[in-house]
Amino acid sequence: MAAPPRHATMLSISNGDKPAQTQAQSQQGTLPQSPGLRVPSNRKTIYDRHLNRSRNAESSRASFAFLFGEMVTYAQRRVTGIQDLEKRLNEQGYPLGLRLLDLLFYRSTSTSSSALSSSSTSSSPPNRPLRIITLLHLIHGPLWRLLFGRAADALEHSVSPDTPNEYMITDNDPLVNTYISVPREMSMLNCAAFVAGIIEGVCDGCGFETKVSAHNQPTDLWPSRTVFLVRFGDAVMEREKVLERSGVK
Amino acid sequence: MSSNKTSRIGEETRVDKVNAELVTLTYGTIVAQLCQDYDSNYQDVNKQLEKMGYNIGMRLIEDFLAKSGVGRCANFRDTADMIAKVGFKIFLNVTPTVTNWTSDNTQFSLIFEENPLADFVELPDDGRAQDELWFSNILCGVLRGALEMVQMQIEAHFVSDVLRGDDTTEMRVSLVRYIEDEMPPEEE
Repeated sequence: MAAPPRHATMLSISNGDKPAQTQAQSQQGTLPQSPGLRVPSNRKTIYDRHLNRSRNAESSRASFAFLFGEMVTYAQRRVTGIQDLEKRLNEQGYPLGLRLLDLLFYRSTSTSSSALSSSSTSSSPPNRPLRIITLLHLIHGPLWRLLFGRAADALEHSVSPDTPNEYMITDNDPLVNTYISVPREMSMLNCAAFVAGIIEGVCDGCGFETKVSAHNQPTDLWPSRTVFLVRFGDAVMEREKVLERSGVK
Repeated sequence: MSSNKTSRIGEETRVDKVNAELVTLTYGTIVAQLCQDYDSNYQDVNKQLEKMGYNIGMRLIEDFLAKSGVGRCANFRDTADMIAKVGFKIFLNVTPTVTNWTSDNTQFSLIFEENPLADFVELPDDGRAQDELWFSNILCGVLRGALEMVQMQIEAHFVSDVLRGDDTTEMRVSLVRYIEDEMPPEEE
């Protein structure tokens, strides 16, 4: 249920207020010569810059920490509780997931023997994943590397027969939580809900309706260890069975 | 301090890195959220971004001083150099150009050849955003907050932005006054 409506809201947010109009606009093209937007005479627009330009660019970790911290603080002032806060962070990550998905595919097709493919997913073709496992590998490997410079630490399937639709992606030391100190009375809060939102965006963008949440599961060695619980919708599980039978990989 | 020496500090200061795109995207999602929360009232979005920047700047200055190890600037020209070549270099890995000084050396412009915050960005095509929204306005707040912590009251605003269709991205920075050390008011 989540996928189409959320998708639709996102588009209308970025392009104005009336979804109907939005469609018409985007069909006529948002190319630089579209009448609406002014562009610099030296053509410094997003259309003239190579998408891989910033691929290996680095910025300071502090800048990220400051921005993310400010984002959480701002969100906190507008919510009523921890769940609400996590929902908001999730919603802010979601649109990034949709966009990162395209970026990942673009890059994995344009550079075949790149750093992106030096992983467990190197054998998978650069097509959109059809099966759950391929999708999860995409998140665990390439997505994590794009965002955090390394793969996630674990990928597991729920062992309970009641919840075959649940998968877990573990990050032992999430970058987003490195500089966040959570007050004791909010110990349930995990700001990696932002990352959960990104994962949800990637899954939805691929056509896998999903709910993703971030949970604290500290160990002695990894105090900020976080588990992302990925719960696929019924429709996805049914499709998965059909694909399984017809031998689609 | 000589200009070259300042550049060297900027180049050589070691900092922990992250993928620049993560920073870009995170900032993008912040601005998008504000536009949504403020119902595309871009003046309010600008103000809120400036405020968030101010909060960041107040804390960032300490990180800046600790990392760079630089001392007090002799004058405002030094300060400008330090901001462009060390501050921006450390935190955003870019070096804006300092230019357009007024004759009394209290106002200058920073010209951004590169602006990592605005990569992948196109403003909403609603006929207003390009006239009203200063997408990178958080940077103005960062400068104001950081400099206030080292006894300089400044005012900063963008005067042009390539996202608005201008040929350059330019921020104007003015020194309002040096803040004298004041004893906290005695408690009665």
